[in-house]
Amino acid sequence: MNNDCSDLGSQEKKAKMQVVRSHTHRASYPSNDAVSVPTIPLYRSAPSLEVKLEEFESFAIDRLRVLKGISDGLSRGKKPEEMATLVKDLWKANMRHQHASEVLNKDIISHFVLRLVYCRTEELRKWFLSMESALFRYRFRDQSAEAQRAVMEEFDLPYKAISNVEYEGVKDKLVQVARSLGQNSSTVDAIYYKVPFEEVPELVAGRKVFLNQGFAYVAMSQVVSLVATLFRSQLSKALILTNRKWISSIRENEKHRLTPIVEAMSSSYLGPDYSQPREYGEITLKDIDQVAKSSFPLCMRHLFDKLREDHHLKHGGRMQLGLFLKGVGLNLDDALAFWRAEFSKKVGLEKFEKEYAYNVRHNYGKEGKRTDYTPYSCQKIISATPGAGDQHGCPYRHFSEENLRAALSTMGVNSRAMEDVINKVRNRHYQLACTLTFEALHGMPSSGINHPNQYFSDSQKIFQQKVSSRLQLIFKPILVNCTSSPRTSNKGYGCGEANEQRRCLKGGETSMEGFFSLSSFGYRKELI
Amino acid sequence: MAREEVNNEIDEMLIDGYEVQQGQGGDTTLPDEFNANYLKLYYGKLFPHADLYKWMSYGNDGKHPACDPSYLGRREFSYTLDNDIYVRFQSFNSAAELENSIKDKCPFKIDIGPVYSVDPSKRHAYAQSGDNVFTPVERELIFDIDISDYDDVRYCCSGADVCLNCWPLMTVAIKVIDTALRVDFGFKHILWAFSGRRGVHCWVCDAKARKLSNEGRAAIAEYFRVYKGNENSYKKVSLTGHALHPFLARSYTDVLKEFFETKLLSSQNLLSSEERFEKILEMIPDQSVTSELRGKWQESRRSSSVKEDINVVRWEQLKQLLQSGKYKAQRLHRCVEEIVFSFTYPRLDMEVSKHMNHLLKAPFCVHPKTGRVCVPIDPNHCEEFDPTTVPTLSQLLEELNREGLTTDVEGEWNKTSLRSAIRLFRFLFLQPLLEACKKEIESSYNAKLKQSKDLLSW
Ligand code: SF4
Ligand SMILES: [Zn+2]
Repeated sequence: MNNDCSDLGSQEKKAKMQVVRSHTHRASYPSNDAVSVPTIPLYRSAPSLEVKLEEFESFAIDRLRVLKGISDGLSRGKKPEEMATLVKDLWKANMRHQHASEVLNKDIISHFVLRLVYCRTEELRKWFLSMESALFRYRFRDQSAEAQRAVMEEFDLPYKAISNVEYEGVKDKLVQVARSLGQNSSTVDAIYYKVPFEEVPELVAGRKVFLNQGFAYVAMSQVVSLVATLFRSQLSKALILTNRKWISSIRENEKHRLTPIVEAMSSSYLGPDYSQPREYGEITLKDIDQVAKSSFPLCMRHLFDKLREDHHLKHGGRMQLGLFLKGVGLNLDDALAFWRAEFSKKVGLEKFEKEYAYNVRHNYGKEGKRTDYTPYSCQKIISATPGAGDQHGCPYRHFSEENLRAALSTMGVNSRAMEDVINKVRNRHYQLACTLTFEALHGMPSSGINHPNQYFSDSQKIFQQKVSSRLQLIFKPILVNCTSSPRTSNKGYGCGEANEQRRCLKGGETSMEGFFSLSSFGYRKELI
Repeated sequence: MAREEVNNEIDEMLIDGYEVQQGQGGDTTLPDEFNANYLKLYYGKLFPHADLYKWMSYGNDGKHPACDPSYLGRREFSYTLDNDIYVRFQSFNSAAELENSIKDKCPFKIDIGPVYSVDPSKRHAYAQSGDNVFTPVERELIFDIDISDYDDVRYCCSGADVCLNCWPLMTVAIKVIDTALRVDFGFKHILWAFSGRRGVHCWVCDAKARKLSNEGRAAIAEYFRVYKGNENSYKKVSLTGHALHPFLARSYTDVLKEFFETKLLSSQNLLSSEERFEKILEMIPDQSVTSELRGKWQESRRSSSVKEDINVVRWEQLKQLLQSGKYKAQRLHRCVEEIVFSFTYPRLDMEVSKHMNHLLKAPFCVHPKTGRVCVPIDPNHCEEFDPTTVPTLSQLLEELNREGLTTDVEGEWNKTSLRSAIRLFRFLFLQPLLEACKKEIESSYNAKLKQSKDLLSW
């Protein structure tokens, strides 16, 4: 509390550092100006940086893409080597900055913003913790031995490499362990750390270390496990603290500015925004039955069939299907005709026009908060809680196994693929189950389903490709171009309107209880 | 229900009746069934309440300023009462409270749970405060080994039954796990106890063990695991790599190999009949080896000499063939070890060990089915332990009655066959544990003192 303030330059910053008081290092990243070793920050304390509001958001989204990519890779059961490449690629693709000097800042800022986003519930914390730890692990592995040692020092690891004398004493055992892991005795590490066994649980669990009297002998090549465990436990504690801070002050203090961003971000969907179909009128009313059969994901197919059967859907179903249809390119007139045709059979024409037509129009309108009128992502649909009489939601998640099997076989999934799908469902990998269904029905690999509209457009693409490749191979490149890049923009969470509102707030810069200093316009930083 | 024959009047009379009978030099046998009234007597006169209290306090019942007086009160006890009524989250603040409650409720079974952040009986009050403050913070590292998990490798008994032919599997488990806990993990305060019927429980009570996270517990459990596969698949050991991990190598050479070759082979007749040797041949992934052995064994059925144990002879043949230069295939070189591990390596109930909040039966409970007391086992002499001679409730009460009204300074138990069990608990386990606890409390106190001094001089 007392020894940190002195090394801060400006008066203003003093307040911020209060939160950082428990840390001995002011900045979490090494200030090794001389050596330009690319080290990984340990995110020990919130940086005393000023952040533009836009960057607050966009940096975090970029990092989130990395974490979601990792999550996706892990849930697909990628092997460590594949994960290493994946993480490297994800990082390269998302975490660059046009100014080399800003790369580290982006890394740190994005981490701390996401901490705020993901501190708020147990479930969010768990996810964030796993993904950040995985990220850290693979980044660490990728460092040079020198940089790795720098990180270890940064962690203040109280462990020293064992002496030669001690090494000779246990060498036989160390060799034995290495051989038990399939290594040749000639390649056995020469540097070992002696560490309390509970610091390296995964090495203990795999019998990958020699244990004696409560100490594990960790080879230099295994140090990543040690460091990753430490990283994880420190982050875990930090998240709890952040959560307390969030609840006690930040949420309220920032309710007009940061809180909406933070709250929107954890549920944000990062794929392309399907609210604007590339070409309106892509499908017309007369095609709709046919494309529903060929290209709707199960959640939409189910709603569609139910609507045709009952001539009615409850609100949740109308929203889910209606926005999806808008996304696939059904124009407003066709949409009205579509809903009218069904609903009038049940409630009559008059009641439809009075009670339901407005909503259909509204879905196509621009008024109100735009986010609500964006087609729902899988994540949103899966996390829905349909009640009695509701038909919306994701069938992989919300159907009984029996009903799901029946629905899948109606779709035309064969029995072998069915077992794979059911297996994923049992492991609660609903989107993977949907992906497998897609693959089974299209006979083509899929990059993974994240959005019903993506399911639709991927499906359509395959059918068009099939047709075109039969006709003229020449046109193929053009079709490939149709793929919308998953990294087009940051739409879908922060709406322009809300931004406007935030700008209206007085005082461009606020100290977030030491969390961040934010500058909506970013003048300050540029002036300095 | 199974335990319906409870009759209050008869029981009171039995005690009186005894002295009469004894005076006449008559038969002193009590009916063998487990019975709630016997249990009341047992808790009243024999159960070592004070020892349980001291153990569960871990030194926090002393006068030292660094003692945590809330410690015992945050520990969960749970009772299984008559008619299988299960009461969780009991807690006690003093030795007297604990003893009175046990005597009063007379539980058929007492389970010990974790130490929570707050008094578990008041958990609801804390639940209201929103923050998740009711959470386990300490718990002994525990292991549960059950002979019924060995049914595919023992032919003498199955299920909950156990005899002197298969019990040594438990002895082997104790040796392997106990050694690893002490040598590899550095733990010192380890209590082994008979579970009363078909297995053993292990309590690792070092402070470091009690404070392990679930992750740390899982890591230790995994360290001990060699079986792959689950309930639905044949339990299989597969050992890979160029060498065995030092822990496995030690277990093999010090315990498993000898036990398998000199005891289990013959006692379970592992290779005597076709049905049994086929099970072992199944573990050899090489057709030519298995058919050569099969041929030999089917012929030799009659011709082998009577003197030599056929199991041993065949095992030697198997070993010779696998280890001869004839079949040098990589995948065969571990086969002998794999067979030995499959038959003898401890089979732990992993889930029990992995989580802090698993409950485990307290030592000195009486098993309601067998009437036997869950006595401690000395790991250094575990081969001497005989589950069939563990004192039963009725036997103890007989002994008590036989001794009549003479009082013993130590307590009534000193006159019964519970004596050695309680002494074992006290001297082998509790005393060294409490000494360590005391030291720890003192040193943590001194560290704190030093820290505050440092602060003052800052
Ligand atoms: S995974 Fe997505 S697209 Fe597939 S059914 Fe579920 S919500 Fe629909
Ligand atoms: Zn038996």
